[in-house]
Amino acid sequence: MQKSRLDPDNQPPYLYEPYHSTAKRAPRQPLIFLPHTLSERTGPIFADTLITEADRDLTRQGAGEPLGQRMIVEGRVVDEDGNPLPKTLVEVWQTNAAGRYRHELDDWPAPLDPNFNGCGRVLTDENGKYRFLTVKPGAYPWGNHPNAWRPAHIHFSLFGPSFVSRFITQMYFEGDPMLEYDPVFQCVPDRAKHRILAKFDLGLTEERFALGFRFDLVLRGPDATPSENGHEE
Amino acid sequence: MDLHHTANQPIGPFYHFALTPDNDAGIMAGPDAKGERVDLAIRLLDADGKPVTNGMIELWQASAAGIYNDPADPAFHGFGRLATDREGLCLFHTVKPGQVAGLNGKLQAPHINVSVYAPGLTKRVVARIYFADDPANDSDQVLGLAPEDRRQTMLARQTLEAGRWNFDLHLCGPCETVFFDI
Repeated sequence: MQKSRLDPDNQPPYLYEPYHSTAKRAPRQPLIFLPHTLSERTGPIFADTLITEADRDLTRQGAGEPLGQRMIVEGRVVDEDGNPLPKTLVEVWQTNAAGRYRHELDDWPAPLDPNFNGCGRVLTDENGKYRFLTVKPGAYPWGNHPNAWRPAHIHFSLFGPSFVSRFITQMYFEGDPMLEYDPVFQCVPDRAKHRILAKFDLGLTEERFALGFRFDLVLRGPDATPSENGHEE
Repeated sequence: MDLHHTANQPIGPFYHFALTPDNDAGIMAGPDAKGERVDLAIRLLDADGKPVTNGMIELWQASAAGIYNDPADPAFHGFGRLATDREGLCLFHTVKPGQVAGLNGKLQAPHINVSVYAPGLTKRVVARIYFADDPANDSDQVLGLAPEDRRQTMLARQTLEAGRWNFDLHLCGPCETVFFDI
């Protein structure tokens, strides 16, 4: 049987009809299975000096405090063997509390917040842990279908130790009623959806200051999952 | 802890302010970088051959000496990334990578590893860019994995302008670029 690392039980397909823009962009030819070489086993290294205090506190990037619900997002980044991934660059971006991005192409009539940029970055510590402070993002409309709304989410971009582990995803909130109607979230197989939902964690909250949400991430390791029959359970 | 790889999600159309605030990350080779200069223009195209204007392209490559994260060539940065523009284009300033070890101890032909992200791509696609007419291409094991009639989709072509190479990256359609399962 053809070797594959695609893991269709846990990863979205390229082509997902309800998410309309996949139709003209999803590759149709079979992907070529690539045995890992140095090219796949290496990756860029990022220095601590890249990160400033404002990068990990999205509530301190303007002259004053942004509007919205303050929240801490914390989690661990590990590989598929559970090894913590230290010094991994985590980049995040999101809307403000009203659901508007600070982006020239986002022009729906929700207010911009002069005190909120909505992007941050952190490096994981020696235990693979990251943490940042922000405000809860809002939902916003998009053109996929009539009355389409994206549920509140934060975009995550991570590097990990190699070209193989490079990874982009979105973090959603458990219990958000819009998840059911969002084809971007729904393109993820059912059994894997819970892994992109942040969990409210009372232990992460700070009394009289901020809510706390936990979001752990598992990155691809060097050839950890392939097997002769497609994927391992 | 649940150790399944977390599901990928698309980058969305509004990443620029966070990931590509300027074009600095397209300059991979500083003035003191070693090796043959390459200005690599990559054009990202959809099923109809129309430009994808909101994609992001990342490159990962070895130095001219064939070393990833080469400590002896600090003016060279092996990682680059740019957003595509209104014509689906982005232009990287780099050097031609040297040969690095491949499978079974054989050397690979010079190549650049590519990740592509865009709205409508639920996860990145991974490609390799080789340099047309490089004599090492004929024996490259990874080029050899692709069906012969599709190998030309992995080749950057030198233009009449010195040092300038072009690469069309077709996400799908009749000229679909070879993508890898890594």
